Amino acid sequence: MSRLTSALQGRTLTSTGIVYLVLLLAVVAGAILTGLEGRNFFSQGNISSILTGTSILGFIAIGQTLVILVGSLDLSVPYVVSLVSVLAADRMAGETSHVPQAVLVALLVAALVGLANGVIVAWLGVHGFVASLGVGLVISGYLATNYQGNTGSAPRDFRLIGANQIGPVPVSTLIMLGCAVAAILLLRRTRVGHHMYAVGGNREVARLSGIRTSVPVITAHVLCSVLAGFAGLLLLARLSVGSPTIGQQGGYDLMSIAAVVLGGTLLAGGKGNVTGTLAGVAIFAVMDNVMGVMEVNPFLKDVVRGVVIVAAVALYARREIDRRPARFERPSTLDAALQEAR
Amino acid sequence: MSAPVETRPHREIPAHQGGLGYRFAAAVATPGGAVFLLAIGLLVATMVANENFADPGVVVRFLGRTAPIAIAAMGQYFVIVSGEFDLSMAAVVTTQVVMAGNLIGQDEGRIVPVTCLMLLVGAGIGLVNGLATTILRVPSFIVTLGTMLALAGLVRYLTGGAATGNPVDSFREIGRGGIEDVPVVEVLPYPLLIFLALAVYAQWLMRRPFGRSLIAAGDNPNAATLSGTPLWWVKTRAFILSSLSATIAGIILVGYAGVHPKVGEGYEFAAITAVVLGGVLLGGGRGWVLSAACGAFALELLFTLLTVLDVESTWRDTVQGLIIIAAVAVAGRAWTVGRKPRGGRGARRTEPLGSTTNQPTQGPITGDN
Amino acid sequence: MRRFRGALASAAALLVVATACSTDDSVDDPPASGDNQSEAGSDTDWFVQEDFDRQDEQRSATFEGDPSKPYLQYIDGEMTDTSKFKVNGPQKVCFANASISNPWRQTGWITMNQQLKVLQDKGVISEMETRDAQDDDNTQLSDIDYFIKEANCDAFVISPNSTAAMTPAVEDACKTGKPVVVFDRGVETDCATTFIHPIGGYAWGIDTANFLVDHLEEGDHVVALRILPGVDVLETRWAAAKKIFDENGIDATDYFTGADPTKIKEIITDELTKGEVDGVWMDAGDGAVAAIEAFEDQGVDYPVITGEDEMSFLRKWKETGLTGLAPVYSNFQWRTPLLALEKIFKGEPVPKEWVLPQVPITEDERDEFLEANEGMPDGHYAKFGGEDLPGYPEVWQERRIP
Repeated sequence: MSRLTSALQGRTLTSTGIVYLVLLLAVVAGAILTGLEGRNFFSQGNISSILTGTSILGFIAIGQTLVILVGSLDLSVPYVVSLVSVLAADRMAGETSHVPQAVLVALLVAALVGLANGVIVAWLGVHGFVASLGVGLVISGYLATNYQGNTGSAPRDFRLIGANQIGPVPVSTLIMLGCAVAAILLLRRTRVGHHMYAVGGNREVARLSGIRTSVPVITAHVLCSVLAGFAGLLLLARLSVGSPTIGQQGGYDLMSIAAVVLGGTLLAGGKGNVTGTLAGVAIFAVMDNVMGVMEVNPFLKDVVRGVVIVAAVALYARREIDRRPARFERPSTLDAALQEAR
Repeated sequence: MSAPVETRPHREIPAHQGGLGYRFAAAVATPGGAVFLLAIGLLVATMVANENFADPGVVVRFLGRTAPIAIAAMGQYFVIVSGEFDLSMAAVVTTQVVMAGNLIGQDEGRIVPVTCLMLLVGAGIGLVNGLATTILRVPSFIVTLGTMLALAGLVRYLTGGAATGNPVDSFREIGRGGIEDVPVVEVLPYPLLIFLALAVYAQWLMRRPFGRSLIAAGDNPNAATLSGTPLWWVKTRAFILSSLSATIAGIILVGYAGVHPKVGEGYEFAAITAVVLGGVLLGGGRGWVLSAACGAFALELLFTLLTVLDVESTWRDTVQGLIIIAAVAVAGRAWTVGRKPRGGRGARRTEPLGSTTNQPTQGPITGDN
Repeated sequence: MRRFRGALASAAALLVVATACSTDDSVDDPPASGDNQSEAGSDTDWFVQEDFDRQDEQRSATFEGDPSKPYLQYIDGEMTDTSKFKVNGPQKVCFANASISNPWRQTGWITMNQQLKVLQDKGVISEMETRDAQDDDNTQLSDIDYFIKEANCDAFVISPNSTAAMTPAVEDACKTGKPVVVFDRGVETDCATTFIHPIGGYAWGIDTANFLVDHLEEGDHVVALRILPGVDVLETRWAAAKKIFDENGIDATDYFTGADPTKIKEIITDELTKGEVDGVWMDAGDGAVAAIEAFEDQGVDYPVITGEDEMSFLRKWKETGLTGLAPVYSNFQWRTPLLALEKIFKGEPVPKEWVLPQVPITEDERDEFLEANEGMPDGHYAKFGGEDLPGYPEVWQERRIP
């Protein structure tokens, strides 16, 4: 009885909880609407279509979560995705032997871009919006000048990553979930992770507490760009060629920020988690899938997206969100599971 | 026995810290002032690169065609200085342009009512943005992103993606025409006149309590609330002003560019870039409205210079990106100079009147108009 | 005990994984393509001489079929035997559309839907399910994948978003054994039952560049307004035009505009301030009016301009009396895929590569097209080919996107 009242008072229902409720709602609504069209929402093909839709945005959104947690933004992700896709495709040139070297070089370039972002934000004191916008534009000019269309090619073995499935779950989704777990561990278990929350919450207080504020910021940006690089590689695997516009085609910058905020992370930084972001990504994927099945007019799709984003965030924007992972209280189920696994 | 209280002779406290020359130099040394130098420098460079640009008529017409983005930049300034973002500007411009095209048609009698409707719609969108940000507490980035998606999709859905056609020519004169037979410059474009009027209005507005509250809201929202500022109403009005300025930009663009769903694309990023170039800090609390407008001119001059120098069009984005980063980095550094209470660093101490009073150090300019 | 349970659990998991693992069949090596573009290297030129020559010839080729139905005309060549596709009864069509993000595609989409109604009334097609990729390669891959797995399609119609990236997906569709119709942009495989397109970008470039060269002198300055880099149907147009300009001593400067009229006007105004502009070449006519108005605003003579068969350009052209040409990318090609399927379902042979006529509108023909399309919105395309379809002219006038 007391648990019920406290749940009703909202004390045990965190923002992350609400997001997953919204996701559940979306799945139920999706199942009903899909059923009305005569299709099965839970069929293997449909589920794998939804999960494929989560992989690309998922990589980028995880990275964006880290960046937003430190109080910054990354608008250069679409360009990083395109850059990685063309660089890797050109180096691979269809040869399986070239794959490791190509992947390494491409991800290194992505990390350098992230480093540039992080340094500009942390050392030059430029706001993340402007810094990443500027870096993104620089890359955009480079891509437009040097690439005029699809280029390079990915060998069969590499393309298996985009094509393999375990049951209805694509391998790419599993890799993305693996990255999510790694990010969660980073945030909850490592010093850098805790410092990210601190710096995002209040940079001055963090600095006065002895934290070197540039380190979490730069780390977050580097990780974000590397994860965007993963997304670029995955797109290369799916498309089989590099494309200098593939990142921009997907609108991943604003969509990833929307997914992160939808997941309960505070845009100002300092509060939030990766689990919520995953739910946000899933909500978008379910929405897109259902609208596709219902053959919604493509112009109206954007209207629906816009309204859902604002409405969903409004649901819990007024509430308090867990500031930090609980350190001295009973561990959450995830923490307990991680502890068991050790 | 009470002795008469001796009034110590005290110095006349000067009204200003220095002479006019010093103050002018100090103003120019700030990012808000430096952008004017940047604009003038780019103009001179363009004139040097191609002498046709030295013609005053050409310059004035250039100012006229930049007026819409400058007006949008001023609107965006109100939102940014209060600490928020308005990403919906481009969608508002496109909506207004398409509305003008479809509703006015070739009927001159409809110009006035449709213009009123457009202004109403613009104010309405700003109201929605503002209320969602302040009452619903959704971050303005998200609210305006949602508004942008919803508006853009709705406009395309209702018009089938392409507009019917250009409205009657007299309405388009606002954006294309001007006062003829002016000495020296030949034509004074209407958009430039509209911009000048709005610039004067914006400057006046920022000196009013509303303008002061706006800056206070961006600088320290908690303090502003505690001081009794109705934060929600101040910020909502900023959003309304932003959407209205996008509407006016749209009205001008109908004339300049015609009616097309692509008109206005990228305006939100262009406006934010212009504001940032003008030395306004993202996050709010500092900056001057006229330097935001000047930032827009500087940005357009930069693009024109690139065209004149025959820089390959694909490199434009890179140049723009580098300039933005450089401008904001310099601005960020400049605003912090003089703020920290360190001895001798741009500090000007007046002689102590009392021994214990701690004079706050003063930088040259402190974010004021 | 716990360890045993753990081992059992992991063994079970491994077993499940091993049996459930599956791979998409599409992951085959990309086909050996004859196109330069898929080769490694970022500075691949878009110009392919043999394609240029072939399209140059096709401009004057004879087309089979009734000239009053240009959407059914084709150049004689290899035919596909479709007897294995012969069926009775209405069939379900699945259409993977790249997007409807520009007026040309919107006009074509409306026309296609009206054509669909006709075929539905005739009992040829039961329904057409459409998935719109909104200009995203990744989305279109998922769309085609979804169609294959979930939609029980009897036939596929695909308008690819980009050439190389869509090739594996088209091959997947071919492997289902159902007829596959590709139109507009192509892919790098010829497994499709038919590939429908007008002559092509090189022909457009040749027609327009020759027109400008004929009306200009050596040393004249032409401003080329291009929409986007990297789109093959647009790049081939410029590649051909540039070659002809270079050969004839025309000084051409190209700009990317994104089809934004504001940008177009600014670019032209700056160019006019820099010097003279004698001609304007556009790789697509959207926004041509803004370019013409820029000349008006500066008080300069009109240029020689090539636009497109968009109504806005045709109307402005007539109004100003300038020297111009309206090349076309045959908007009526949006009718052909469904009509091709009608033939395929009957077992009638269709051309392997269905090349439609592509005839620019000259000044002589302009007025009759203007009359025929009076009352149409500015974003409508004159050669939409739907005059005999139901709903003409209201459906296109109101421009309701289905």
